[in-house]
Amino acid sequence: MAEEKSGAKIGVYICHCGTNIAGKVNVEEVTKWAATQPNVAVAREYKYMCSDPGQDLIKNDIKELGITRAVVAACSPTMHEPTFRKAASDGGLNPYLLQMANIREHCSWVTIDPAAATAKAKRILSAQIHRLPLNESLDPIEVPVNHDVLVVGGGIAGIEAALKLSATGKHVTLVERNPSIGGHMAMFDKTFPTLDCAACILTPKMSALGKDPNITLMAYSEVEYVEGYVGNFTVKIRKKARYVNTDTCTGCGACQEACVVRKVRSEFDQGLGFRSAIYIPFAQAVPLRATIDPTKCLTLSKGKCKQQSCVPACGPGAIDFEQKDEVVEIDVGAIIMATGFELWDATQESRYGYGRLDNVITSLEFERISNASGPTGGEIVCKNGEAPKSVAILHCVGSRDENYQEFCSRVCCMYSLKFSHLIKEHLPETEVYELYIDMRCYGKNYEEFYKRLMDEGVNFIRGRAAEVTDVALSPEEEGHLVVKTEDTLLGIVRRIPADMVILSAGLSPAHDAKEVSQVFGFGCSANGFYLERHPKLEPVATVTDGIFIAGCCQYPKDIPDTVAQAGAAAAGVLGLVDNDTVKVEPTISYIDPEKCSGCHICVGLCPHNAIQYNEEKNAAEVIEAACKGCGVCVSACGSDVPQQRGYLDTQIFAEIEGALAV
Amino acid sequence: MSDNGFEPRLIGFLCRWCSYNGADLAGTARLKYPPNMVPIKTNCSGRVEPTHIMKAFADGADGVIIAGCHPGDCHYINGNYRTAGRFPLMEKMLEQLGLEHGRVRLEWVSAAEGDKFARVVSEFTEEIRALGPLGWSGQFKDEAAAVAPEAVTA
Repeated sequence: MAEEKSGAKIGVYICHCGTNIAGKVNVEEVTKWAATQPNVAVAREYKYMCSDPGQDLIKNDIKELGITRAVVAACSPTMHEPTFRKAASDGGLNPYLLQMANIREHCSWVTIDPAAATAKAKRILSAQIHRLPLNESLDPIEVPVNHDVLVVGGGIAGIEAALKLSATGKHVTLVERNPSIGGHMAMFDKTFPTLDCAACILTPKMSALGKDPNITLMAYSEVEYVEGYVGNFTVKIRKKARYVNTDTCTGCGACQEACVVRKVRSEFDQGLGFRSAIYIPFAQAVPLRATIDPTKCLTLSKGKCKQQSCVPACGPGAIDFEQKDEVVEIDVGAIIMATGFELWDATQESRYGYGRLDNVITSLEFERISNASGPTGGEIVCKNGEAPKSVAILHCVGSRDENYQEFCSRVCCMYSLKFSHLIKEHLPETEVYELYIDMRCYGKNYEEFYKRLMDEGVNFIRGRAAEVTDVALSPEEEGHLVVKTEDTLLGIVRRIPADMVILSAGLSPAHDAKEVSQVFGFGCSANGFYLERHPKLEPVATVTDGIFIAGCCQYPKDIPDTVAQAGAAAAGVLGLVDNDTVKVEPTISYIDPEKCSGCHICVGLCPHNAIQYNEEKNAAEVIEAACKGCGVCVSACGSDVPQQRGYLDTQIFAEIEGALAV
Repeated sequence: MSDNGFEPRLIGFLCRWCSYNGADLAGTARLKYPPNMVPIKTNCSGRVEPTHIMKAFADGADGVIIAGCHPGDCHYINGNYRTAGRFPLMEKMLEQLGLEHGRVRLEWVSAAEGDKFARVVSEFTEEIRALGPLGWSGQFKDEAAAVAPEAVTA
């Protein structure tokens, strides 16, 4: 029981938060009630506690009234606990003698009845009023910070972040799972709305990265294991065997010409073109080194390639069938995740016939077709090699769809317009139809691009395509695909003959986004993309200090926004690794060696291996630098010996008491 | 709604990383749920002990929820596995002490699951309403006062 005699003098500050709290909770009533509670010296209400005058209320009461504890009943501590703890500290009170009572996210915003909300606010506040006399002064722990950075993913986001960090002198390790960096952007032909050539703007950055002395590029590598905490991460990276010595390989490509296995569907060409078993994924690859696909190479998969023609073809003699994966370990202070997206698998929408009907292709496949260095040399042709006389572009495939992904993928309207333009440019006589629900052209110069396409004679039909079929219902439809759709502006159902149907498929999270997030220790959103710390104010940070996210791995976005996020993540990282130390929460465990019975249970339980057994003292002891403050040891001990500073059993009991006392 | 107007008094132990943020998200999304549960925050659901749960019931709670991160997502790697392991034993112990099954509940709520949090709290409130008041606090108040923690003097 928090007795009157405890000597603690609590200041209670109840925030209106405009009408966010005061619109539901009777703040005046709660303030009057709070003033009557045990150990409360003063209870005040204010419109915006987080403002300067609001914070000054606390500082003044510390100075003038000599309050020794404070509770701010306001928003979530995730929002403003650092703000108010700093105010307390500036006022001369140890920051850990201040608690927050969340009467907004947990009360005013979620309760219908005002009287019920007011009663709940009192209960939430009462818990903290009972707890506070038991709070102890604690000092944040300063840990050293490693100045190096890890960037995971070598698409435009990862490349941009790495280059920005390198420019400040930081050392960056960039890990990319594919044999070359470049990501999806390297596959595109042109980029909207400027119609810049994607490769022309990307490859200089790729090249600069490859040569940058501050950047260690580990392509064809994956992160396997991460441990540690902000400023001090240890990362294990598996450098997969290319079976080619990357020091001697010059990237000349003679091996892929000589290889006897020639018909492997090229991943880079979206399966429309072929590569060899030993291959360089595309001509501008960085690093420009060959890689052997061990599942297709006859030597590696079957042990029998009579010719092994790659070996004599290679001037420097770089082929090495004995090469093994190499696992390296690095220490970094911060991590940026830039692992990108995967295109939504259009085979899931059977009504569109992708994978069943010839000439129904995805957007990425069309990128490769229209790309001059793609499988058709930039000629827009159907499977039979002939130019299409009519092309239908179907928007929102897999997006804005309750059956698949509810969200909008942001870029598809714009890339569809881009495709229309490219088709009209290559094939002026070809009819192009865009079947859309809405035209989302929100960015700079995007609406103007849309207007331009309207003037280029593209047919815009407002209607989501119902099906794509090759069953002709009239002589005109023979030999063509038919797209059936409702034209909602005309109010009729139409059947549009098309030689080529492009599915503007949406962007999905990477198939292993969840697993990857678990390796690193942060979370995912409900839609599968990585979860940002705050959707408005912290879009590139995660809840885990020291780990940032940038680009489409956070949510679909276009290249300008991706580059902006990459810069933002780099800035966030610099805010961390540009310092020599970082403060971490002191809410760690301690073990009284006198009371420990030596059972060793806690030693094995600690998730961070932060408890060791001291043979001399015959007691377990906490390695303070490694303890992360989970409290598992505290709850496990049969003798109640370990205690967690800031979360003592007595403090938790007091909160429970307070919550149920009202 | 019960006829005698019984309003369940619930305590929820939320872990700071997932379930507390999930509860915050329910707030940011303005989802509505009954006001009967008061949240108590710990860093990890693995910090929650049977004594905390007993204390809640002894002080007048009619139901207790423990919410943690989904398996695999725990910020402290496997703290929630400890919770998962302890929970069935504790349920059994509480039943032997006379508690009806269903007064204590373990849920995994991620930081992105505001809607799940609201739904779980709503469901649990109605379940406890149907079970009725527990009425232990009268019995244990005196014993609790006898082992009261000493407050830290300023």
